[in-house]
Amino acid sequence: MSVFIIRRLLQSFVVVLVMSLLVFVGVNVVGDPVDMLVNPEADQAEIDRVIRDFGLDKPLPEQYGHFLLNALQGDLGKSFIFGTPALKLIIQRMPATLELAFAALFMAVLVGIPLGIYAGLKPESKLSRTIMAGSILGFSLPTFWVGLMMIMVFAVMLGWLPSTGRGDTVLVNGIEVSFLTLDGLSHLLMPALNLSLFKMSLVIRLARAGTREVVHQDYMKFARAKGLSESRLILVHLLKNILIPVVTVLGLELGGLIAFSVVTETVFAWPGMGKLIIDSIHLLDRPVVVAYLMIIVLMFVTINLVVDILYSILDPRVRLQDLKT
Amino acid sequence: MTTLQNEVNPAQNIVKMQTPFQRFVADYFESRIATVAFAVLLVILFIGVFASVISPTDPYDLAVVDVMDSRLPPGTESDTGMTFWLGTDGAGRDLLSAIFYGLRTSLGVGVVSGLIALCIGGAVGLIAAYFGGKTETLIMRVVDLQLSFPAILVALVLVAVLGKGVDKIIVALVVVQWAYYARTVRGSALVERQKEYIEAATCLALSHRRIVFWHLLPNCLPPLIVVGTLQIAHAISLEATLSFLGIGLPITEPSLGLLIANGFEYMLSQKYWISFFPGIALLITIVTINLVGDQLRDVLNPRLQK
Repeated sequence: MSVFIIRRLLQSFVVVLVMSLLVFVGVNVVGDPVDMLVNPEADQAEIDRVIRDFGLDKPLPEQYGHFLLNALQGDLGKSFIFGTPALKLIIQRMPATLELAFAALFMAVLVGIPLGIYAGLKPESKLSRTIMAGSILGFSLPTFWVGLMMIMVFAVMLGWLPSTGRGDTVLVNGIEVSFLTLDGLSHLLMPALNLSLFKMSLVIRLARAGTREVVHQDYMKFARAKGLSESRLILVHLLKNILIPVVTVLGLELGGLIAFSVVTETVFAWPGMGKLIIDSIHLLDRPVVVAYLMIIVLMFVTINLVVDILYSILDPRVRLQDLKT
Repeated sequence: MTTLQNEVNPAQNIVKMQTPFQRFVADYFESRIATVAFAVLLVILFIGVFASVISPTDPYDLAVVDVMDSRLPPGTESDTGMTFWLGTDGAGRDLLSAIFYGLRTSLGVGVVSGLIALCIGGAVGLIAAYFGGKTETLIMRVVDLQLSFPAILVALVLVAVLGKGVDKIIVALVVVQWAYYARTVRGSALVERQKEYIEAATCLALSHRRIVFWHLLPNCLPPLIVVGTLQIAHAISLEATLSFLGIGLPITEPSLGLLIANGFEYMLSQKYWISFFPGIALLITIVTINLVGDQLRDVLNPRLQK
């Protein structure tokens, strides 16, 4: 077990190193590093200072070492626009993105599982067919366009929901959250639904496939023969068994939600990391872009690592197979 | 080249290929939805290819476009007697023409990037499956690694590093997609590799390149075609998303995504059509390609299992 974890840790470390090399090459070799790191309005003295600070007059391998060393100390440069350290800026925006992602995950499960179970129990009914057709649309519609249409219908035409921002927030442990106020909740509803549509379709399909498999199992027949009520049958015996694949996939998809929040945040002007990175790309605020990329890579590598380790705990075959190769 | 022509006997090939192809066509058109989807796809392709011929106006000809015509609702008649069936956008361009031109750009970027990714990913996947060993482990590790990151994120990284432009978007889309093709091809090539005709070809001491591209590749094509169709739809959607975010195609090459983004600001003032109609065009394109791809998968699959 520990051998497996050490191997996975080493692999993750290599991935982070490779990605940092790629980002470094992207910023410092493909483009002009002075252009990217120095505010275009800076004078010659400032340019010289940055060249010295970032060691741009040194050979490339040494520069990369410098970049790594700075990154390890959490120094990824200062934002041109805000004048604050890029890393701090991103961490400030992170709670908003995480709130959105978890709200979307919650909605996907809350809506997806009942619909999926229904479609699995009555595969021939009209409603089931509608649900499945809807899930195909959820897969193929571009997220941003659905978001726009939601704004058009619910914000512009009906005027039910606000279309931009987070609304009123409350401080919990020093972190601003929206979902505890009524106003914040109304701001959260549309973006979260928009972000969750894709995952919701996924959950519907998983729950439906699981249900169709489980209803024919012997223990379901036995439970029915025992005279259990239909609701207990579905809520306990069926639900428990279809949840396993759903939970696994959702764990893996959390990273995807955070990545796709870039689109949703831009559409709904949700002040999270995703909106920050798009704004920074537009404003050529390179340090923020580099910092975002490094953080997101780190986040993904961590998620993948945790999922891998959880898998190996749940299923010993995984780690044994890995050791063999 | 002369040896190649000797090896592949054209007459034999035609006789053998004809019947399965006819069966394939018959199978495909059994489904009514797929038939309609195919017809719609032909229309979309026609519009894309002949956009400059069938458009009522050239939306990027500054001599024709009149700012006085901007933001007219659908069906309005202009001073020159022309009807804007879908209205006009913020700069006074006929939206129908803009959609035709946008469709051309979107399709072009999607198809070109899809084909390049297919070639690269297909070749890499075939090589991995054929040679096995260290080569395969290395290639598949890279593939797995890339597929563990969402496509939008990889594209975002590349666009942030490379910058704007049609060529750069195509590069980004190719990098995002090649891994899917590589994985698909490797899967089917691993099965094909075990078959006797590959053994026979190896015994004939044919070169590796010959065996991989003339014997292995044709037999791995069906799943590749299916994934290719679905990936092109994916690429079009991704390009539209990037363009909508303003980090995709430049303003000089407006795709559907950019048209939608341009209309976004007017949507809040009830001028829905500037975003709505390009969105519908994008939607029909993506859904149609997906429907055709799904049917292709259904039709090609049973033959694979035989």
